[in-house]
Amino acid sequence: MSDNKTNTPLVEIKNLKKYFDINTGMFTSKPLKAVDDVSFTINKGETLGLVGESGCGKSTVGRTILQLYKPTAGEVIYDGKLLKSKADIAEYRKKSTMVFQDPYSSLNPRMTVSDIIAEPLDIHKMYKNEEERKEKVLQLLSKVGLNSEHAARYAHEFSGGQRQRIGIARALAINPEFIVCDEPVSALDVSIQAQVINMFSEFQQELGLTYLFIAHDLLVVRHISNRIAVMYLGKLVELTDAATIYEHPLHPYSKALMSAVPLPDPKIARLNNRIPLSGDIPSPLNAPSGCPFRTRCEYACERCAEEMPEFREVEKGHFVACHRVEEIN
Amino acid sequence: MKKKIFSMHLNVDSFLPASAEEKAYMVQMRPSSTFFRDGVKRFIKNKVALVSLIVIVIVVLSCIIIPMFLPYSYDQMLGVQLGKPVDPSYNNLAPFEFGTTEQAKIDAGEDVFPHIFGTDAQGRDYFARILYGTRISLAVGFFASIIVLLIGMTVGSISGYFGGKVDLVIMRIVDIIYSLPDMLLIILLASALKQTNLDEIIRGTILERIGANIISLFIVFGVLYWVSMSRLIRGQILSLREQEYVLASQAAGAKGKWIIFKHLMPNCISVVIISTALQIPSAIFTESYLSFLGLGVNAPMPSLGSLASDALNGINSYPLRLVIPAVVISLIVLSLNLLGDGLRDAFDPKLNG
Repeated sequence: MSDNKTNTPLVEIKNLKKYFDINTGMFTSKPLKAVDDVSFTINKGETLGLVGESGCGKSTVGRTILQLYKPTAGEVIYDGKLLKSKADIAEYRKKSTMVFQDPYSSLNPRMTVSDIIAEPLDIHKMYKNEEERKEKVLQLLSKVGLNSEHAARYAHEFSGGQRQRIGIARALAINPEFIVCDEPVSALDVSIQAQVINMFSEFQQELGLTYLFIAHDLLVVRHISNRIAVMYLGKLVELTDAATIYEHPLHPYSKALMSAVPLPDPKIARLNNRIPLSGDIPSPLNAPSGCPFRTRCEYACERCAEEMPEFREVEKGHFVACHRVEEIN
Repeated sequence: MKKKIFSMHLNVDSFLPASAEEKAYMVQMRPSSTFFRDGVKRFIKNKVALVSLIVIVIVVLSCIIIPMFLPYSYDQMLGVQLGKPVDPSYNNLAPFEFGTTEQAKIDAGEDVFPHIFGTDAQGRDYFARILYGTRISLAVGFFASIIVLLIGMTVGSISGYFGGKVDLVIMRIVDIIYSLPDMLLIILLASALKQTNLDEIIRGTILERIGANIISLFIVFGVLYWVSMSRLIRGQILSLREQEYVLASQAAGAKGKWIIFKHLMPNCISVVIISTALQIPSAIFTESYLSFLGLGVNAPMPSLGSLASDALNGINSYPLRLVIPAVVISLIVLSLNLLGDGLRDAFDPKLNG
């Protein structure tokens, strides 16, 4: 968890939408609402955790914020500047970057480690000569705990954890301010996860980075995040401080999600009332009317089917999208 | 430190930190192995492919180098000399026989280079014709494959990278060409190109030296055979552009050109090389049957196919003239195919599991 968090927003997302057209017939297509009307801000120096089930649009949010996908609607404001023109985005690319989930497919098998790490430098021409490039690569390697002799090797000669370190070194190459971490530890085993997570925290302290940390491992997210946003079917359902959401979740979906967090102590775990959810997550192609969660919500009423609940501030800094939040808590 | 007898104290000297030399000794440096080096290693282990490679190198070198030293050219009729009547003794010589004037020279003690495969009906040295024909066939196979590669690679990578409507249109065109019977189309195209005056068009350019009919062969291959290559490359590019390293590159601000040349091309190059290697024998074979049908190279220029075709007339009296080009074609096509298979086994990552 970052200590040098501030209250000045670095990234502001307003009503972000990303629809994909899915062909349903030869000439007909239907929009798949991967991200539907999502708004939040990430403050300078903080880590915002983004959690949710598989397929709820977490990764799409991350990629759309980085402008890797063109948003269908909505605005991304970076450091007080609306990203609109190509020049804005080109400038934004020098400050923002991404760490990927799969350490196997995120490194080009035909490139040496030094070429992979130096790729962003090559693209932005951020060095004067070969010497400087080499020096920077070696610096980055030692920063992520790899040796200089690893520079000439290829990605397939490394283990998963080492590969993820290479991916992180590549992300740090351009001295970014903002990093989207798209499930960076879910492909690693637990002991390596801890190392990589700690590395993320260290770099945040040292370089004042801002993270959007996407994950589905709730404990990992809790460990690293200042605030946590919960997503369900392309929409945000709850957003608040990391501690609050674990101890005092308000939205019925977050409650169910938090009750599913495994606890290391069996005595406490036995006392914990798990809230089981019935049914499956609906297909985003035919999302339910009104509140997306109503099909699985035990408190669902008629109003939920008719009206999409507003994402509103219930307590200070605690946003929830539920009509009946006051009644059920 | 002095050790006391019966003392339970451990010897502290055993627990000193390692010196720099000891540390260096522990680091096992292994030379980095590249994908290419691994492939070569696997390729060398494959005896069949290695032998085919050697056969191809021998054939290629001999059809390039030997004609330089051979005293006979492929179109020189040995019985015809200026100001003298035609000497029929040079026609249809068996291997290692000589014409009358040559025999006279040998009797006078001079050295005469033997006609290793004899001569043909016009008194031309058959060995020279075979070598030259091999050269033509190999050149056609090689360059036709390169043309196919260039067209297929360009179209395939455009189709795969841009996707969407571009891809749809290109792939439907490919489907149409693919559905036509290629044998028929080749024959039609080749005979149509024979009618057009290619000679006029290429006059004065470097292409003139190659000859109009070989150029028309290239056109036939280029127009027809790029489709399967472009499909292959499209498929590769389609799957590669979804890889996360491409996304990482985009996140760093890379443009289309950078991604194609840095990420997509290097990763599909092995598939491309393999299918090009397999394209060469098929081009050689097509050239041979076109020449056999009389649609290939023009006389007096030989190709292996036209040599076989000519030999058909005298098949009963001179069977060797059919057997030799047939054996050479088989040898080249077989070893190129085996070489292609070997390359695929060695370099295609999907087979490595």
